[in-house]
Amino acid sequence: MGVFLDLVVSTVTQGLIYALLSYGVFITYKILDFPDLTVDGSFPLGAAVTAVLLTKGFNPYLTLAVALLVGALTGLITGLIHVKLGVRDLLAGIITMTALFSINLQIAGSNLIIERTVNTIFSAEPAMALFGNLSLIYRKLIVSLFLTILFKIILDLYFKTKSGLLLRAVGDNNTLVTSLAKDKGKVKIIGLVISNALVALSGCIVCHEQRAFSSTMGTGQVVFGLATVIIGTTLFKKLNFVKGTTAVMIGSILYKVSIQIAISLGLPANLLKFITAALFLAILVLGKLQKGGVKKNA
Amino acid sequence: MLELKDVTKIYNPGSVTEMCLFEKFNLSIEKGEFLSIVGSNGSGKTSLLNIICGSIPIEGGEVRIGKRSIDKMKEFKRYRKIGRVYQNPAMGTCPNLTLLENMSLAENKGRPFGLGRAINKSRSNYYREQLSVLGLGLENKLYDKVGSLSGGQRQAAALIMSTLTPIDFLILDEHTAALDPKTAELIMQLTDELIKAKKLTAMMVTHNLRYAVEYGNRIIMMDNGNIVFEKAGAEKEALCVEDVLKIFTDISIECGN
Repeated sequence: MGVFLDLVVSTVTQGLIYALLSYGVFITYKILDFPDLTVDGSFPLGAAVTAVLLTKGFNPYLTLAVALLVGALTGLITGLIHVKLGVRDLLAGIITMTALFSINLQIAGSNLIIERTVNTIFSAEPAMALFGNLSLIYRKLIVSLFLTILFKIILDLYFKTKSGLLLRAVGDNNTLVTSLAKDKGKVKIIGLVISNALVALSGCIVCHEQRAFSSTMGTGQVVFGLATVIIGTTLFKKLNFVKGTTAVMIGSILYKVSIQIAISLGLPANLLKFITAALFLAILVLGKLQKGGVKKNA
Repeated sequence: MLELKDVTKIYNPGSVTEMCLFEKFNLSIEKGEFLSIVGSNGSGKTSLLNIICGSIPIEGGEVRIGKRSIDKMKEFKRYRKIGRVYQNPAMGTCPNLTLLENMSLAENKGRPFGLGRAINKSRSNYYREQLSVLGLGLENKLYDKVGSLSGGQRQAAALIMSTLTPIDFLILDEHTAALDPKTAELIMQLTDELIKAKKLTAMMVTHNLRYAVEYGNRIIMMDNGNIVFEKAGAEKEALCVEDVLKIFTDISIECGN
């Protein structure tokens, strides 16, 4: 029973940490209508920077801020490539993502393991002072929950500001944004910056949690993010009071849980990305069918 | 006040499909004028509006407001002084935002979109007041998503939104074309009232010759990038739909349409 409970706790923790990535994809895909592939590069970048800083003895909590910053920078680069150089959204993301692969290798090599002696956000003060009496697995859960909720609240508040409303408007009808005498390109860049900052933060916390960076850890993260956004928003479509951020957070947890169930049932880990892709396709097609159904009823 | 001087517009320059629409085109619009623009498809009406708003580039000449050339000014910056209502009611509003959110966006035009609260609930009554003038029941739909409103309601909202903040020019791009006759009439009357009340300079492209004759104080007819007919003031007052229709038909026959 204890083993099972531990598995549930660690899976939910995974879901919470990756929910930050889902928030990011939610902003680009759902709000901006911008399929941003930068994610596959900005996620491991957050982890790479974190791994190096931790090994060098940096304050673990400071790595969160650094990850946000470098992630924001990648969003800015994709945004500038798209808006100022006129490269298509999908390609702009691919360019940044590809470049980031090399940059991540430069920063942290192909693999970087963080020594047991190094403290992470889960084992340093003040997490220790507050929850020191709990075992590591619960400390991870609480710290991740705290961060995920914190950023959810910040985002929800942001969406209620004028800047946030303009961001929502640009994905909805960018002609109107131009009519409001606002530069729609700039608004898009702001969205990409916020999104990738969150994605890199997610990568940073994953690095803390696994005590490792791997250059391939970014592969498939966009698809994961898209899947969780679509699961979340589809599940709660009819419930207007559930915020988008809450929906994708639950989507992320559900996703991690279902993958964990599949692995527990004997799915070889090598097939993971294949299952991710297949699951994503299924979700997309089901979502389409549902839309078609609505039309027939209307 | 607004002036197009020797404007040349060439579509697809340098390719086999090159098409010169305007060659040294001139037009000036005085402050407070309400100009109706008619003409067949492809005569350059919408291109004219797009050139003024900066939505498409020009190959020669200049566009001036007052004495100042605005050629270098980006499209979005020009909209500080310009309000525009499109033919497609979907263009002037955000479908997934509520009417209240749309109105709040519109009211903040010309001001920075920072980290202040977007929705000021105390403004709701003012919005209701503005919307109730329409008589479309929009004042009770502030919390509805605009996408769920009818085309007429959306267009009315778009019109109110485009004139909510002080602007100098109102650009109407066949803004009644997608509406049913009754709603179109209502929107047209409302447009006229707004232009008069806010003393706007307006340019309206329309295929409805009756609207073009009935409303506004100046009319031009375009054909192949040229102004082929123009009346203003008292002469325009005396004009009737039949006169305009006859000229319109004559041109069309000449062109083989």
